[in-house]
Amino acid sequence: MSAPAVSAKGLVRRFGTVVAVDGLDLEIDAGTCLGLLGPNGAGKTTTIEMLEGLRRPDAGEIEILGMGWDRDGPRIRQRIGVQLQETMLQEKLTCDETLRVFASFYAHPRPRDEVMDIVGLVEKKGARVGTLSGGQKQRLALGCALINRPDLLFLDEPSTGLDPQARRRVWEVVEAFTSDGGTVLLTTHYMEEAERLSDRVIIIDQGRIIAEGSPQQIIDGLDAEAIVEFRIASDRNGADLPDGLFDDLPGAGSVRRSGDVVSFEVTDVQAAVFALLQRAKEHDVALDDLRTHRTTLEDVFVSLTGRQLRDG
Amino acid sequence: MGRTLWELTRLRLLLFLREPEVLFWVFAFPIIMALVLAFAFKDRGVEPSKIGVLASAPDAVRKALAASDELEVETYDDREVAEHALARGRIDVLVSPGAASEPPLVHLDENRTESVTARLRVRDALQAPLRSGPVTEERPVAAVGSRYIDFLFPGLLGMNIMGTGLWGIGFYLVDQRQKKLLRRMLVTPMPRAAYLLSFITSRFVLLAAEVLALLAFGLWMLDVPLDGSIVLFGLLTIFGAASFAGLGLLVASRARHIETISNLMNLVMMPMWLGSGVFFSYERFPEAMHPFCRALPLTALNDALRAVMLDGAGANDIAPELGVLLAWGVVCYAVALKVFRWE
Repeated sequence: MSAPAVSAKGLVRRFGTVVAVDGLDLEIDAGTCLGLLGPNGAGKTTTIEMLEGLRRPDAGEIEILGMGWDRDGPRIRQRIGVQLQETMLQEKLTCDETLRVFASFYAHPRPRDEVMDIVGLVEKKGARVGTLSGGQKQRLALGCALINRPDLLFLDEPSTGLDPQARRRVWEVVEAFTSDGGTVLLTTHYMEEAERLSDRVIIIDQGRIIAEGSPQQIIDGLDAEAIVEFRIASDRNGADLPDGLFDDLPGAGSVRRSGDVVSFEVTDVQAAVFALLQRAKEHDVALDDLRTHRTTLEDVFVSLTGRQLRDG
Repeated sequence: MGRTLWELTRLRLLLFLREPEVLFWVFAFPIIMALVLAFAFKDRGVEPSKIGVLASAPDAVRKALAASDELEVETYDDREVAEHALARGRIDVLVSPGAASEPPLVHLDENRTESVTARLRVRDALQAPLRSGPVTEERPVAAVGSRYIDFLFPGLLGMNIMGTGLWGIGFYLVDQRQKKLLRRMLVTPMPRAAYLLSFITSRFVLLAAEVLALLAFGLWMLDVPLDGSIVLFGLLTIFGAASFAGLGLLVASRARHIETISNLMNLVMMPMWLGSGVFFSYERFPEAMHPFCRALPLTALNDALRAVMLDGAGANDIAPELGVLLAWGVVCYAVALKVFRWE
């Protein structure tokens, strides 16, 4: 096996008294994609910014493509591509002019037309950035990150705020990059994004790693085949439900209630749902929005922290 | 480095040309201002003083006053109306009959220059019938180079070089910082010096356009003289622009918001609008303030521009001013580099 493209040990970063990153280790093998998953404020952006050389860690070591930031900063920068969170490109420049400026920073830039083709903006070449849609702007930002044929791509929440279709087009660009042998570090709070793009995922919360592995490994670790979820209608008889009404259903694991939404991790969907319906009928309880879904990384996060990914 | 510098310079110029408001402030505004001021202060020759005289004044007095071409006489029947006109400044002085055989009375407001002038003219007019001929001969100054517009124009030019230098750099930089574009560039191998240098190079290109447009307007439309060498004039504007580019860079080196930078810019420019002799000579301030006025970069630029344009000064004559400009530029640029906030 070749040396890892990124290797970090014992990263710590504090802001005043707040510890944003608290002793984080990570490695990314060349040619793979690592997803850094966590809620807002978990320390994802601080971590990726330390790896990009934008912030100095208070403690810990970082090696990028076998080089260190202290000695080889300019050489590392020649070989990485970066998409920062919420960078706004100059609205009054055209796409082509934007790429042209970025190309001038690198020793061996790619032809601009090639980049436009990769990110699917060929027909927008002469359009002002201000006239692009959110997804197109994001792909142009990706184009700026790819202009130097990087070996390693850092993407900080590349599809936040985009509609599903625009998001998929961003993913296609990233997938094309990895299938050409590129290495990617991605932060996201969309589990779907992490599952689709990443070979390995690290879930972080409050600056620490709480789960690590391939998406499938992490999901398997939860030991639940699926999640069953429903709402309890509030209008039947108005009486409070007895505590622990659904606690001991066959095939169901731990129960979680938030507001009037109840959810279970279940190992046997059929058995659990059958038992649930029976129990509801016995107690004359109406179940609204009953549904089951395959276990996702989001469920793992909820199970590990008791909180949702989205609202941190 | 060379290619990066060229692209960054080109970028700045493109962005500049795509902002119509900015174009207005840089090119149209100073020309409009020069036109308005030139009109307001245009040579009107000798303007007569407006005076009032009471109808009860002796005929001889009224005749003598009416005979003067320096006076525009209004006769009042009612003393109260006349006094009101004086109080409101509609007339500069009021002449009323003296008691018995005493000379006529002149009522005036000694705090108003016009009033004092009118008093002298009244005195002169009343003495005229007693004299055989004029006491003095007068030669009014009308030569090109000594009119107010000739004084004003170099000042406006200096102020414009300062304004576009500071605003152009300040807004652009803070805007890029706010958009996190500075951070985005930091993760590329872009040489940081090239980035900062591009402000100065693009500034020179704009400067050439701006100064040439204004100068052409001044020379042809306002008949402002350019007695000194045009090469020295060009060199001087380059020194000025570099000096203000450094100052702009320093002022914008840490600001994060457009509001902050606006306030800072105004704070920096305010003393120079007043104390650098744009509209009137700073020599009108008390003597003790002159050294401070002269230490301001805009004063140095204005003084040197006037010396070159109006007095045909050579490089040696304006060496001290060039030194002041250079010192401001170098010190500001060096400090800006040290304290610059990239994030």
